[in-house]
Amino acid sequence: MTSISMNVNGKAVSGEVPDETLLSEFLREHLRLTGTHIGCDTSQCGACVVHIDGKSVKSCSTLAVSLEGADVTTIEGLSNGDLHPMQVAFNDNHGLQCGFCTPGMIMSGVDMVKRYKEEGKDLTSDAIRAELEGNICRCTGYHNIVKSIEDAAAKM
Amino acid sequence: MSSGIGASVKRKEDKRFTTGKGKYTDDVRNDNQAYAAFVRSPHAHARVKGIDTSAAMAMEGVIDVLNGQQLTGDGIGNIICGWAITSKDGSPMNMGAWSALATEKVRYVGDAVAVVIAETQALARIAAEAVDVDYEELPVVASVLTSMKDGAPQIHENAPGNQIYDWELGDEAAADAGLASATHITSLDLTNNRLSPNPMEPRSAVAKYDDAEDHYTLYTTSQNPHVARLVLSAFYNVAPEHKLRVIAPDVGGGFGAKIYIYPEEITCLWASMKTNRSVKWTSDRSEAFITDAHGRDHVTTAKMGFDDAGKIVGFKVDTIANIGAYMSLFSSSVPTYLYAPLLSGQYNIQNLHCNVRTYYTNTVPVDAYRGAGRPEATYLVERMMETAARELGLDPAELRRRNFIQEFPHQTPVLMQYDAGDFPKILEMAQETADIAGFPARKAEAASRGKLRGIGYSTFIEACGLAPSKAAGSLGAGVGLWESAEVRVNPVGSIEILTGSHSHGQGHETTFAQVVADRFGVPIENVQIVHGDTDKVQFGMGTYGSRSGPVGMSAVAKALDKVEAKVRKIAAHALEASEDDIVIEGGEVKVAGTDKSMAWHEVGLAAYIAHNLPEGMEPGLKESAFFDPVNFSFPSGAFICEVEVDPETGTTEIVQFTSADDFGTIINPMIVEGQVHGGVTQGIGQALLEQVVYDEDGQLLNGSYMDYTMPRAADVPSFHVQHHETPSPNNPLGVKGCGEAGAIGSPPAVINAITDAIGTNDLAMPATPQAVWRAIQAAAKSVAAE
Repeated sequence: MTSISMNVNGKAVSGEVPDETLLSEFLREHLRLTGTHIGCDTSQCGACVVHIDGKSVKSCSTLAVSLEGADVTTIEGLSNGDLHPMQVAFNDNHGLQCGFCTPGMIMSGVDMVKRYKEEGKDLTSDAIRAELEGNICRCTGYHNIVKSIEDAAAKM
Repeated sequence: MSSGIGASVKRKEDKRFTTGKGKYTDDVRNDNQAYAAFVRSPHAHARVKGIDTSAAMAMEGVIDVLNGQQLTGDGIGNIICGWAITSKDGSPMNMGAWSALATEKVRYVGDAVAVVIAETQALARIAAEAVDVDYEELPVVASVLTSMKDGAPQIHENAPGNQIYDWELGDEAAADAGLASATHITSLDLTNNRLSPNPMEPRSAVAKYDDAEDHYTLYTTSQNPHVARLVLSAFYNVAPEHKLRVIAPDVGGGFGAKIYIYPEEITCLWASMKTNRSVKWTSDRSEAFITDAHGRDHVTTAKMGFDDAGKIVGFKVDTIANIGAYMSLFSSSVPTYLYAPLLSGQYNIQNLHCNVRTYYTNTVPVDAYRGAGRPEATYLVERMMETAARELGLDPAELRRRNFIQEFPHQTPVLMQYDAGDFPKILEMAQETADIAGFPARKAEAASRGKLRGIGYSTFIEACGLAPSKAAGSLGAGVGLWESAEVRVNPVGSIEILTGSHSHGQGHETTFAQVVADRFGVPIENVQIVHGDTDKVQFGMGTYGSRSGPVGMSAVAKALDKVEAKVRKIAAHALEASEDDIVIEGGEVKVAGTDKSMAWHEVGLAAYIAHNLPEGMEPGLKESAFFDPVNFSFPSGAFICEVEVDPETGTTEIVQFTSADDFGTIINPMIVEGQVHGGVTQGIGQALLEQVVYDEDGQLLNGSYMDYTMPRAADVPSFHVQHHETPSPNNPLGVKGCGEAGAIGSPPAVINAITDAIGTNDLAMPATPQAVWRAIQAAAKSVAAE
């Protein structure tokens, strides 16, 4: 067991966890932040994507004890009050159906828009599709997810 | 903007999903929560000689380890198949026993033999590893072609030769005579690849036993919680129906895999009683690959005969289907009544015969996966039409047109009476959008870049809204296929709709509310949809087979009729007018041609205050209805796929995918288009990427997302989706259902396009780069040899 403390969605949290505890498990089971989803066991599906110190990371492949002092943002903490433009865009463009992959899609979407803007690159629909390599959706056929991210990119 | 029928209303349910507040089964944690981990067979076929649980029982945090002898000893019944198929010789199907925890034999890798209940999921899993099962390995049958061979190892004692049934539909003599009269016969040998449905949310069950009340609550990832309760109660004897509440909260996709009642739900309920703890099990993805029912897995030989005019004169089909190790809930119906009746496609075929033999194998049970039988039929018919057109030197669209059914209703020789459609129209729409005229130029341009461009069609029909109950019953279904609805108008005028349909991505909270808004002119914000809880909704058949629109919404419409009739009476009485003059629109109940009116909520209030109701009328405003349609609905579609193949690598790029669908009346075009996008992508997955692979020992070789190729964003294009509406006469809304069309129609369009591009027809699904490259090389060799 190891003591850890980090900031999750702007709040200081701490806990005593077995060393093998994954961040996804820490979020879901210890903090009861169940918006972060587990869709696979091989780091392929991306339903568990969160932001660590501003970068998107698969929380299923990150040990909680490695994040001492880190800033973690989950889907629950993406917006304060008003919805984030990415959340609005997914609703506006029907970018979700069952909603299970959606938290990961939104967190990946926010990250890619931010990165492309910082690097001054154009986030084309082809680029969005390539960037979504680590996020699997079984419902939407991606058509409306791509539209959602394009739409949000124009508004972020 | 209107929020009624036909409006692309944004989804009401989205906010909880986009903010991480959705509540899925694994998000449920009860007080006193314990966790289950299953001990699963590593062998595809073996005798269980003993189970030593002593080491596991001694481990930290272990509450109990339970096995199949205890389960059956407590009277828990075997898992059933809900559709009885009779062989052509009149004998019943050979159903082998399936216990939730195996007692004497295991029959596939993943078959559960014991369950560990522990304080945490991790401890349960570690302890499951410590359960020592003594297996005597038996010879394995890992494929359907091995299973049907003489002398193949026997999987179930009561299924000689591993055969479950040998069934037929249609008139064999007529089909033979038709083929004998043909001037051209096209023959095809096809396999329909085996798939894993892979909803993104893995299956999960949280069972809680209340010993004071002798009552059970089960949270479960189900497409049909009421069916689950019925089966768990009536067949598995877990608890009487009134002592069992089943809740399917937010469910992360189903695609068929979450219709069935699996061993894990049964075991968790039983274990919660044995341990007096709440018991939770959540599958991980690896476990999902070896426990969720798979789909498809057919091998088919077929012949289609044509006359001089290119008209189909005979069609004969012989199909062998893999059922897996046990008969899952609807497994028997998929290769029979959900398959053969669709072999007439969009075509006027008088002479049709289909024979289907099904066999056990030592693999995961196979059951319905999005489309269920209809994709298998469509793949065969549409590959056949395209191949025949090439052989006859005809334009593939023209050959289809010559054979299209033009008048409705149309009775096929294989049970179905098609309701409505306009097949030439949707084909024309698809051709126009796909710019067929410009294809030769695009092909030439692609050739200049060294690429092979091809185009493929699929014009298909499906039978949706599984019904009617009486007909289904006569064909062997163990359940009725109606749907129920209850409409509760509250005293303040807001409305609750209780439906037996279940939404796991389909957007019912929006579309069902639109039906209400359309009827009464109330804002959809004032309409709440309640579903997925057997304590709230009395009964329902759930969501599968694209039935929520044609059957579920129709039940709502029928209940709305009753509410409307009562509203008219109340308002006519209060406003001193004739019922016939009452008009309900825009949230008001008016007397036509006067300025007399009541606001909608005033009628609601009047019904509950009951001071001034017509003589003899009961207070309240709540009505329910069961809707059992007179027939299936028959959505149809025309898909055109255009591909570019790189002959150097065999890589296929789908450069354009066009659909023109006829779903009858459309409630919400945005949601319908989303269903098409998703369905087409699953079909593209089947055509290009997906295949469950077993080795000859029955070991699953690709049981993870590292190994089983799920379609990702860069594998598919954006889609051109359009609609033409010919309303179904078989339900009050005219809807036909849209959930499965994409998955049904797209695989042949993709394969027809690739085979057009590469100039050889010898290509099986999935058309991976290696498969396409090999097909190109083999064709080149055979040309060189000539």
